[in-house]
Amino acid sequence: MRFLLKGLLRDRSRSLLPVIVVAIGVMLAVFARGYINGIMVDMIEQTARFSTGHVKVMTAAYAENMDQVPNDLALLEASQLKADLLKTFPDVEWVSRIKFGGLIDVPDENGETRSQGPAMGIGLDLFSGDSREAARLNLDKSLVRGALPGTSGEVLLSEDFSRKLGVNPGEDVTLIGSTMFGSMAIHNFTVSGTVRFGNTGMDRGTVIADLFDVQQALDMDDAAGEIFGFFKSGYYDDEIAGPVVSAFEDKFGNEEDEYAPVLVRLRDQEGLSLYVDLTSLMGAIIIIVFMVAMSLVLWNAGLLGGLRRYGEIGIRLAIGEDKGHVYRSMISESVMVGLAGTIIGTACGLGLSWLMQTYGLDISEFTKNATTSIMMPNVVRSRITPPDFFIGFIPGVLSTVAGTMLAGIGVYKRKTAQLFKELEA
Amino acid sequence: MENNFIIQTEKLTKRFPMGKGEFTALKGIDLGLGTGEFTGLVGPSGSGKTTLLNIIGSLDTPSEGKVIVLDHSIGSLTAKEAARLRKEQLGFIFQSYNLLAVHTVYENVEFPLLLLGFPAGERRKMVMDALEWVGLTDKVKQKPPQLSGGECQRVAIARAMVKKPSIVIADEPTANLDAANSHNILQTMVRLNSELKTTFLFATHDEKVISYLKRKIYLLDGKVDKDEIVSN
Repeated sequence: MRFLLKGLLRDRSRSLLPVIVVAIGVMLAVFARGYINGIMVDMIEQTARFSTGHVKVMTAAYAENMDQVPNDLALLEASQLKADLLKTFPDVEWVSRIKFGGLIDVPDENGETRSQGPAMGIGLDLFSGDSREAARLNLDKSLVRGALPGTSGEVLLSEDFSRKLGVNPGEDVTLIGSTMFGSMAIHNFTVSGTVRFGNTGMDRGTVIADLFDVQQALDMDDAAGEIFGFFKSGYYDDEIAGPVVSAFEDKFGNEEDEYAPVLVRLRDQEGLSLYVDLTSLMGAIIIIVFMVAMSLVLWNAGLLGGLRRYGEIGIRLAIGEDKGHVYRSMISESVMVGLAGTIIGTACGLGLSWLMQTYGLDISEFTKNATTSIMMPNVVRSRITPPDFFIGFIPGVLSTVAGTMLAGIGVYKRKTAQLFKELEA
Repeated sequence: MENNFIIQTEKLTKRFPMGKGEFTALKGIDLGLGTGEFTGLVGPSGSGKTTLLNIIGSLDTPSEGKVIVLDHSIGSLTAKEAARLRKEQLGFIFQSYNLLAVHTVYENVEFPLLLLGFPAGERRKMVMDALEWVGLTDKVKQKPPQLSGGECQRVAIARAMVKKPSIVIADEPTANLDAANSHNILQTMVRLNSELKTTFLFATHDEKVISYLKRKIYLLDGKVDKDEIVSN
């Protein structure tokens, strides 16, 4: 082993070059996994923040027609239910939301309609001292004009919508909708500012108002269409969501009552299961892609190295080392090279990922005028997870060994005398 | 085959596939070599010297006939058994030295002993003895690229001799050396042959080597043309 190690350290073409190849491959694999994982998780989280939560509580009837936002089927005594939920699931942050639809009417100086447009609204807790809802929706950074609502009665409009309606911050608008009891609701708000999220659906015609204002406007006293639950970790996790669903059903489940609360996981909403599964598969996909690519590169490197080392291999066989021993020593070398390259590559990959996770890449300039239907965050970040610390060892070591094994087959296939002749050539 | 030969061939034939047919490199060779011989296979290129050397060195196998080396039938050895025979009983010296370039002189000579599993202390003594035989004790830490051709070949001799093998097989050992170095190398081998009673078998067409041989086996077109013992 010492003899092997000496040869490996002294022959840089056997050590340095393969270590660099492995390190670069592993670094890219680790960074790519962290980066793609970060983007996918951010997309899921962005959706969670705006429309699904990590888990969401609704009435059974509301859940059945969720797309139509049927506030007549909203949860009653929502604050009590929220308190019960908090008591039962202290590791989940629970927030009430009301989604609503309606018309936004902009009056002229005489009170006549100047412009009008359909809107989708979100009512969320903007003013409670401990509320993190404004930060959760990243309203601060999404602000284009004006300011965030400071007092009751103020709303935000999406920038595109406000331009379309010709309404500016400081001006009044009227929400015309329907109460949860089916009668007409008319409520005046003052536009405090405009926002842009870089998402087609959100920017087309969104109104963001305080939950209490919306409850008043829609006659939804202590009612909420939906109660979102967010995990304390900040990320959706099937393994956390599963037990929450079971415990919720045990405590609150009542299949016979259509107004009884039901809880759905993020993955069961808006076709997100594919994204969630893809996110967890992403590591495996990246590993397979990099493993195949790196195995091919290292196989070629191994073949070239093997050809270059025919002299050495020939002499070792002539002196009396048997083929199996030569082959095993080549594999031992490749394990050492693979381990060294993987450790270096993992460290570099984690370093890059850490930078990307800490500072992120601000893409708001690119998405400012974008009209994508995907909820993209303004800053894309990597996400370092525990598997990132060891996942590089799979492509790093395995592909080095696989490449060497493939290249080393030549040792077995060639007759000793043939190696001997090549040695003399 | 009851006699005192350590190498014996009987009707040894070796054929190689060539295109759709075959090429016969050795045509029924009968030979016998005893302990301590200093013998050369002499002949022009293509006469079958290296093929015969490879078979005797258990690097290749005969197509027909028998080859017995140190009581081992070369044709029936497995790859592992052939490797063991080479490891324990045979030493090789090549035309182009074939030293391990990244290892020092000491490590190159030590390598066969590592394969044989000698303990470190014993290894050290054996390596230094071998380097003393060839006059290279002052070069132990140098690597082959830092040595002259003659010094490299002396390292190769030390590597072949360090385990005190029964037979040393040398294929054109002086082909890359000048006259002075060739004589120096050959004198070293003659001395080792005389002191250690090691059998040396050469393949050569170099007159300098031929002049040192005690027995010359002339090969021509895969057959023994002449077998000549040199009287002192």
